[in-house]
Amino acid sequence: MATVRQLNINGRVYDTEADADASLLFVLRDHLDLTGSKYGCGEGQCGACTVLVDGKSRRSCITRVGDVAQKQITTIEGLAQGDRLHPVQQAFLDEGAMQCAYCTSGMIMTAVSLLNAKRDSSAAEIARSMEGNICRCGTQPRILLAVQRAAKAMNESKQ
Amino acid sequence: MSTQFDLESAWEPERYELAAAPTYHFDIDRREFFRFLGAGVLIVGVLKEARALQESGANQGAASLPKEISAWLHIGEDGRITVYTGKVEVGQNIRTSLTQAVAEELHVPVDAIHLVMGDTKLTPYDRGTFGSRTTPDMNLQLRKVAAAARDTLIVLAADQWQVDRKRLTAADGKIRDSESKRTVEYGALVKGKQLTEALPAEDPLIPAAQWKVAGQPLPKVDGRDFVTGKHRYPSDQKLPDMLYGKVLRPSFFGATLSSLNTQDAEKIPGVVVVHDGNFVGVAAPSAEIASRALATIRAEWKSQPQISNKELFAYLKNNPAQGSGPLDSPFRYEIGSIDKAFASADHRLQQTYTTNYIAHAPLEPRAALAQWSGDDLTVWTGTQRPFGVREELAQTFHMPEERVRVLMPDMGSGYGGKHTGETAIEAARLARAAKRPVKVMWTREEEFTWAYFRPAAVIDVSSAMRQDGKITGWEFHNYNSGAAGIPTFYDIENQRIEFHPTRYPLRQGSYRALAATANHFARESYMDELAHLVKMDPLEFRLKNLKNERLRAVFEAAARKFGWEQAKTMGHGFGMGGGFEKGGNVATCAEVVVDRKSGEVKVVRLVTAFECGAIVNPDGLRNQLEGANIMALGGALFEAIEFANGQILNGRFSDYRVPRFSDVPVIETVMIDRKDIPSAGAGESSLMGVAPAIANAIFDASGMRLRSLPLVANGLQIA
Repeated sequence: MATVRQLNINGRVYDTEADADASLLFVLRDHLDLTGSKYGCGEGQCGACTVLVDGKSRRSCITRVGDVAQKQITTIEGLAQGDRLHPVQQAFLDEGAMQCAYCTSGMIMTAVSLLNAKRDSSAAEIARSMEGNICRCGTQPRILLAVQRAAKAMNESKQ
Repeated sequence: MSTQFDLESAWEPERYELAAAPTYHFDIDRREFFRFLGAGVLIVGVLKEARALQESGANQGAASLPKEISAWLHIGEDGRITVYTGKVEVGQNIRTSLTQAVAEELHVPVDAIHLVMGDTKLTPYDRGTFGSRTTPDMNLQLRKVAAAARDTLIVLAADQWQVDRKRLTAADGKIRDSESKRTVEYGALVKGKQLTEALPAEDPLIPAAQWKVAGQPLPKVDGRDFVTGKHRYPSDQKLPDMLYGKVLRPSFFGATLSSLNTQDAEKIPGVVVVHDGNFVGVAAPSAEIASRALATIRAEWKSQPQISNKELFAYLKNNPAQGSGPLDSPFRYEIGSIDKAFASADHRLQQTYTTNYIAHAPLEPRAALAQWSGDDLTVWTGTQRPFGVREELAQTFHMPEERVRVLMPDMGSGYGGKHTGETAIEAARLARAAKRPVKVMWTREEEFTWAYFRPAAVIDVSSAMRQDGKITGWEFHNYNSGAAGIPTFYDIENQRIEFHPTRYPLRQGSYRALAATANHFARESYMDELAHLVKMDPLEFRLKNLKNERLRAVFEAAARKFGWEQAKTMGHGFGMGGGFEKGGNVATCAEVVVDRKSGEVKVVRLVTAFECGAIVNPDGLRNQLEGANIMALGGALFEAIEFANGQILNGRFSDYRVPRFSDVPVIETVMIDRKDIPSAGAGESSLMGVAPAIANAIFDASGMRLRSLPLVANGLQIA
């Protein structure tokens, strides 16, 4: 059985000892105590476990840790720079885009992935790319506003 | 106020808040009672501010809420305010609205306040966070506590300075002398001591019209912890040396073990296997090993044949309750003479409505971390009833409640679905055997199968009506789902309203708004049918039969914002529904578009008007209204639990459809702020208008009357 001994997460190297077939979510939460990524379904249907792998969103619950051993993993814990929140995090606060917030880290990671790829995403494109993320509290309208706000902020800071 | 509403106060609002029957009965081996030899176990998640003296209030019953300020509020030497409440934060953002209430009366900045919530050792007893009681009860209670604390601080300062207390005012965490201009901070005044004063019998609170902090929008007070992943939910709790627990689930509901072989599991290093009655579980050093161990267990289960969802409604109608469970107490209300009204009616109409079982599916499944220390038990778990779970644990393990502590870290929602303590019991049972802390976290499939469901309903409605649209007689029978929201708010002289408890095939319990959703769906769909029968506009028809001003106001406000009178695009339909429950008045207008070729129904717009007295946090309220509309949309359109022979057939998100981004319509809200009326809760009543509004809009668009929830699980079946 192959074992993964190191993972690159949030810009640092974590030592671990995980079966390569273990799910990334399980390793993050149980081995490395990075609990910001959430379990919601275990079948890639709800998006609560979303992380970035080389900048792109992945459902960590159905990702083999062996597949990401050599890659750059970003979790919600690694998104802010010191005290400065990522524009998407800040926008979720500004729009009050949460209730219980259990879906929030997955929503934010999905949105970051989208805006990394396409900063001028339209409202419809944002909604489409978030379709795989479930919010049971029903804050979807606020989440869409937050992602649009973040897109605008990121565009402005670039110029 | 019409006579119907007077009924409301006489009702116990929580009568139908259900605590499903206990899951476990253990025959605990006395030898398993043990004491920890190793001390010094580090507890995470316990607040440093916690003080032993808070225990004074924690073990009192509901009848004797502590009267001393100190049981509810503590002022630190640094001026930090700690507030203790048994209510819990499940996403409804009461941590924020209760903070506002305290800030308002105590005159301190919002960020000086921290709430300790739902910790049975530290907070005064509380029956639970349900029934939309936090705002009418706890918000008021904490305002009284904060006002009393403020007045006590003024007395303290007056004594210290030897001045007339009338010269002193409280503002921004300080007492100020208006003549000498000197000030003292609360923290310096109290010096870390307790405010042992009793709450005065009467202390005028700041009227809503003069609120400065309450009544204003305030974002989630600890929002930053959530967008950074820092907050630790129940499922994120950990202890050193903790094991991970898994429970062997029966193959069918109501099954009993006929054979069991756990030998292979026991051979796995580090695995503890527990078999106690019908409970079989394992604890292991990792969740992975626990799952592996569980998979090696060979068990056979015996069960009786059980019905499927296809036979559900006939079953409910034909099987009156025989037991004495929480749903087994009937309700009957009768005024005037129904028979006379029917005999002299111009129109009589009888219809039947049904609602299927649905699941809460909170995004965070049930989780608990249990730790025994000698004969004392501590459990961190996600529940809306920490004190109720404490009671369940104490009963299950035959121990006094004082030896059980339940803590509730702000959790990943509940919607009425987390009233029970089964996960806490599972973790505690395993921890007891393992002599180590054990965490149990349910899988999504377990949550869909072994939690409980919103009860299904059969509802028969009939009425007598005059030619001019005045309803003269009203008969309404709900089978199984409950009596919440069952009285009609329309002014009808002759009524017979009954709730009939029945036997039921699935474990059922509370769900946000309880039976009010089913009862409003039936009543408001039926009102639409009556309106069409006499060819009246549905809004005009309602208003003709409705005197209550608050309800009229929300119906009219929703219609106005929606543009009820405006012309419709081809294929589009308008519908409305509304009502009154738990102090909240709601009306929702829906616009749908029906594709007659494909049968696809799309809700394009929902406009909800809401009034629940003085608004404490306008942004929090709007968030609740929007969320309630979306959650209700799922139950209205497509959510349904499928089951057969003691098994759930669609217990995962790939099979059970919940609202997603593409389902979300344009949502508009109208919030009527009645500063002259005490604040009521909003998390439940706000759901009730959605299903009938959509059903009525589908009729308007297609001419098809749908009388069963969900309305279009497989699209509209156009004949």
